[in-house]
Amino acid sequence: MSGALAQERGIGYIVLKNLRAMKGRAYPRIIGMNREPSWLFFDTLMPILSIAAFVYIYKAMNAPPQYIGYVIIGGAMTAYWMNVLWSMAAQLYWEKEMGNLQLYMIAPVSRMSIMAGMAVGGIFSTTIRAVSTIVVGVMIFNVEFSLASPVLLTGIFVFTLIALYGMGMMFASLYMLWGREAWHISEVLTEPIYLLSGFYFPVKYLGTGVATIAALIPLTLGLDGMRQLLFPYAGDGFIPATYELVVLVMLSVAFLFLARYFLNYMENLAKKEGRLTLRWQ
Amino acid sequence: MAVERMKEMLARNFVTFKTAAWLGWQMDSNWADPLLFLAYTIVKPISATFILVMMYVVVSGGSTSGPLFGFMYVGNAFYMYIFQILFGVTWVIHDDREHFQTIRYIYIAPSSFYAYVLGRSMSKLILTTVSVVIILAFGILFLGVPIGLGTVNIAMFLAVFFIGLAAIVVFGLALAGISFLTAEHGMGMNEGLAGIFYLFAGVLYPIGTLPAWGAAFSKIIPLTYWLEGIRRSLIPTSTDPSMAAYSSSFVVYLMIVSTVIFFILSIGIFKGAEHLARKQGKVDMLTSY
Repeated sequence: MSGALAQERGIGYIVLKNLRAMKGRAYPRIIGMNREPSWLFFDTLMPILSIAAFVYIYKAMNAPPQYIGYVIIGGAMTAYWMNVLWSMAAQLYWEKEMGNLQLYMIAPVSRMSIMAGMAVGGIFSTTIRAVSTIVVGVMIFNVEFSLASPVLLTGIFVFTLIALYGMGMMFASLYMLWGREAWHISEVLTEPIYLLSGFYFPVKYLGTGVATIAALIPLTLGLDGMRQLLFPYAGDGFIPATYELVVLVMLSVAFLFLARYFLNYMENLAKKEGRLTLRWQ
Repeated sequence: MAVERMKEMLARNFVTFKTAAWLGWQMDSNWADPLLFLAYTIVKPISATFILVMMYVVVSGGSTSGPLFGFMYVGNAFYMYIFQILFGVTWVIHDDREHFQTIRYIYIAPSSFYAYVLGRSMSKLILTTVSVVIILAFGILFLGVPIGLGTVNIAMFLAVFFIGLAAIVVFGLALAGISFLTAEHGMGMNEGLAGIFYLFAGVLYPIGTLPAWGAAFSKIIPLTYWLEGIRRSLIPTSTDPSMAAYSSSFVVYLMIVSTVIFFILSIGIFKGAEHLARKQGKVDMLTSY
């Protein structure tokens, strides 16, 4: 939309239009859960199998009981990481392959609102999976939480997701630039990130240096903070949970800013090179 | 005459197998330069291994000397074959049908479809072998995994290893058959079966750690005996306490018997699913999934 027209119709009109775009892009992801309920079975069962294997290895080692809780939370949070990699970061690439990308590019809305719609839809469907995994895991393995601060826990969880999906939005543009390597990049960012972010063990045991670098991935501090607040007696935290919340807020702002920057960069590059919608590259 | 025909068939199947293996390798590796590809191939399994190493080290207070460590390390290294081959065999159907849309030509070609599917999964087998060798070498050199060249039972290792690979491939064939009938659940089935093996086949811990029903279930899976046989051949002291009473030859015998049973079952599933897919016109269906 041209600046003059936007000015004439007012900021409210623009906001409303972008909110509609968000809703429109979130809708298929939310409704998709109803269309294929068998996904819920697979998405709950698959993580539970690997979570159970990790739980039993801790049991075989006679690990303290909170480690079983660590594994269940970490295992549930893998759903968000997978969603960010495959349904946020790689999404624009898939859209290009399917021929939808040009529609996004010519739509008279901000590309950020489309990405935000993907994020909202992704968070909704993934939260159902993550919660199901936690509920099933807690029921099977009798994990006991002692919640220290619900407000701080909610804050850490919410800002972990904002920063994480902001990172996914940023990656979406970068994946477009990296072309057909998108699949492999997502593959290679799976296990190494599970390791670095301490999905199945407290991240502080990686050492301060590695854990500090890993803190750039929002899930590292998010998981660490949530574990500290759910198992306050364990004393396995990397830095105090309040500091982790502050860093997560900063990461949220930074990743959203970078996402916008890279979306514009990609769009300008596409205009110059004229190859944006060219498939099989 | 019959011998000649057999020879000709074998030769033709070998050509199919070889060509499919080369095609699989090209498809797996052509997106990157060899060095980047090697890094990619190694980073994933090493990271997965290090997750377990860290879990162990965190609980043990830094030590990697306990008997469970070697048990877990070797089991995890060889589990990679299970995951990769199951995925490799099954994904061929989905990939050729949905992504490259070539399955109709391959299916009607006058060559063995089995040879093609097995050939296509060979690149996964080779790459997994590279990863396993690197992981085992790292474990021996830096983490004290007690595999000594003098104590390895090579004959037993080779026998157990190849029979086990055959077992994994036939499991993969059963899943490949089911993939003819479904699009969106192909990946879930792969991961599901691999996850069941991860949990129940004594990959990371002795099967006695599981509840009684889980331990009983473990004993009908051929891969439980495969991993037990592999461990016994590499680390003679690493025995699952639940199978301590079994001699090594009895473990191999159980593995062969259960593999034969699952072989018959898997071929039956593949044939049945293939028959249904032909009947329902699903061999070359496109779901855009």
